[in-house]
Amino acid sequence: MMQVAEGNRNGRVVLQAESLWKSYDEGTVVVLKGVDCAVFEGETVALCGPSGCGKSTLLHLLGGLDWADRGRVSVNGAQVNRHSDLLRLLRHEVGFVFQLHNLIPDLTLAENCLIPTVAAGIGRRIAQERLLELTERTGLSHRLDHRIQKLSGGERQRTAICRALMNRPKILLADEPTGSLDEHASKLIFDLLLELVATEGATLLMATHDRGLAGRCDRLVEMHDGKIHEHAHAE
Amino acid sequence: MIFLKLIVTNLRRHRIRSLISVAGIGFSVAAMLTVVTILQGAIGMFSSILSNDSEMIVFERDVSDLFFSNVPGEAAAQIAGWAMVAHANPVLFGIVSSEGHPIITCFGVTPADARIQKAAWVEGDRGNFARHEDDIVLGSRAAEFLSASLGSQVQIGHASFHVVGVLKTANGFEDGGVFMPLASAQSFFHKQGTSSVITVKLRNKDDVAAFKRMIREKYPSLIALEDAEFTRSYSQFRILKATAWAVGGCGLLLGGLGVANTMIMSVFTRIREIAILRVNGFSQVQVGGVIFGESAVVSVSGALAGLLVGTCFLYALKLIPALDGYVDPTIHPLLMLVVLVLALLTGVAGAVYPAFYAMRIRAVEALRFE
Repeated sequence: MMQVAEGNRNGRVVLQAESLWKSYDEGTVVVLKGVDCAVFEGETVALCGPSGCGKSTLLHLLGGLDWADRGRVSVNGAQVNRHSDLLRLLRHEVGFVFQLHNLIPDLTLAENCLIPTVAAGIGRRIAQERLLELTERTGLSHRLDHRIQKLSGGERQRTAICRALMNRPKILLADEPTGSLDEHASKLIFDLLLELVATEGATLLMATHDRGLAGRCDRLVEMHDGKIHEHAHAE
Repeated sequence: MIFLKLIVTNLRRHRIRSLISVAGIGFSVAAMLTVVTILQGAIGMFSSILSNDSEMIVFERDVSDLFFSNVPGEAAAQIAGWAMVAHANPVLFGIVSSEGHPIITCFGVTPADARIQKAAWVEGDRGNFARHEDDIVLGSRAAEFLSASLGSQVQIGHASFHVVGVLKTANGFEDGGVFMPLASAQSFFHKQGTSSVITVKLRNKDDVAAFKRMIREKYPSLIALEDAEFTRSYSQFRILKATAWAVGGCGLLLGGLGVANTMIMSVFTRIREIAILRVNGFSQVQVGGVIFGESAVVSVSGALAGLLVGTCFLYALKLIPALDGYVDPTIHPLLMLVVLVLALLTGVAGAVYPAFYAMRIRAVEALRFE
């Protein structure tokens, strides 16, 4: 049984969608139909719903990877509407974790993780320290110089999480982060994700089909047919 | 460092393709270098013929080719008598042929000419030059390919000549040429009383402007130029240089198309990777930098390989006996720099479209559909 979550709504709104509309194929496929939602600082939110209901699209819009046809996206109170906003967003404010880890296979684990720091122009020493810290916490410190092809699925996803957190973003957007893993690995990765989010003081918005994982979030947002139907939190 | 790794990684990922691109640029650069160096060497040699112990050249104004220049004989005599002139030597150029050798450069010169006086005589005595009108002196390579030596009779064109000496010079044109007494050459080429040019040495180099002015006033149909000035302005040289650069440029253009092809393939096969970079905060400029960086690495590697191959090729050409003296394998540092810069620009130009395409890749689409 889901209930509307009120406890976390005392914090500051860090992600906000207002009347978001999004369509593809020249408007013939309408994916988001006036979505309104807000995510508060420090909370973990699961975005659930059937395939094709618009979860990934909503994450992409909130993270600045795509533009809405109509409506507004605000991150940390600032409306996202310019190219420079997007770069600032992707470099410093938002980290992405995808279902398919989206790592560059020919680079090593360390090199993959350092990509966001290169993009943001962060100094090598600071980047290295952060890399060591995160890989230590995710149990990957012994794999730093290994190429991605040599890593297991779980290790790859942990690498992707490290990479997403390298520039200390305060918002983590995760699109089915455990969707390609078995049940055991899935649980381990999600535990790690929650722990990192908590210790980093970050906010997590996660699209997932897994009701079990969703139930461990502070709040659950149900999407259906391009609309948000209910805000609830797990019992 | 990661930026560099991203560049190198992709080149290593497609080694064969990258090597073909490097080879394309390399051979283009080698071709350009070889053609330009050979032609510049040839021009330099021809210039050195004119500047042999002289610093000025007097010839017929507005003539397109020195072979068609007619300078009156009395002009040479009068100019030689001017106080500012140390010496003035008329030279008549001509092309002669012999059996199996359709083109041999012929120099009609006076005994006082520096070529006769200062060259190393392998056979014969310089004092014997021009004693008889059928006497000739051969360059050592000409003696070789005409199978002639001191005392031989050689058939050149319609006449037979007596070899009174063989001299050795570092200049291919001279070493493969025939030296005739000026009067004999005038008769042979039906240019009685004229020469092609007068090479002039001044007593004082500060008199160049005055000398030019005197030539202009006393011989309006003639022009006097300093050797370097002549080399720069002579239309034949300019045509040769333009041809060399055009041929080399075409080669480089082909190399550039190779780079463009490689870079296009490089971008098309890594759209997802570029999308990943974008999601992780890479700006369009940074993505473009990776693509341009790749093309720059290919171009510079190709250019360096081309410089090496071109240099080896020039030295190999120099070792061919028939070309000895005609090929100067010395590559001017400025030429090296120009070729390197051109190769780099070609590579960068080849990467413009691929880079532009890469910069416009929308991460969300690339991640969704690949």
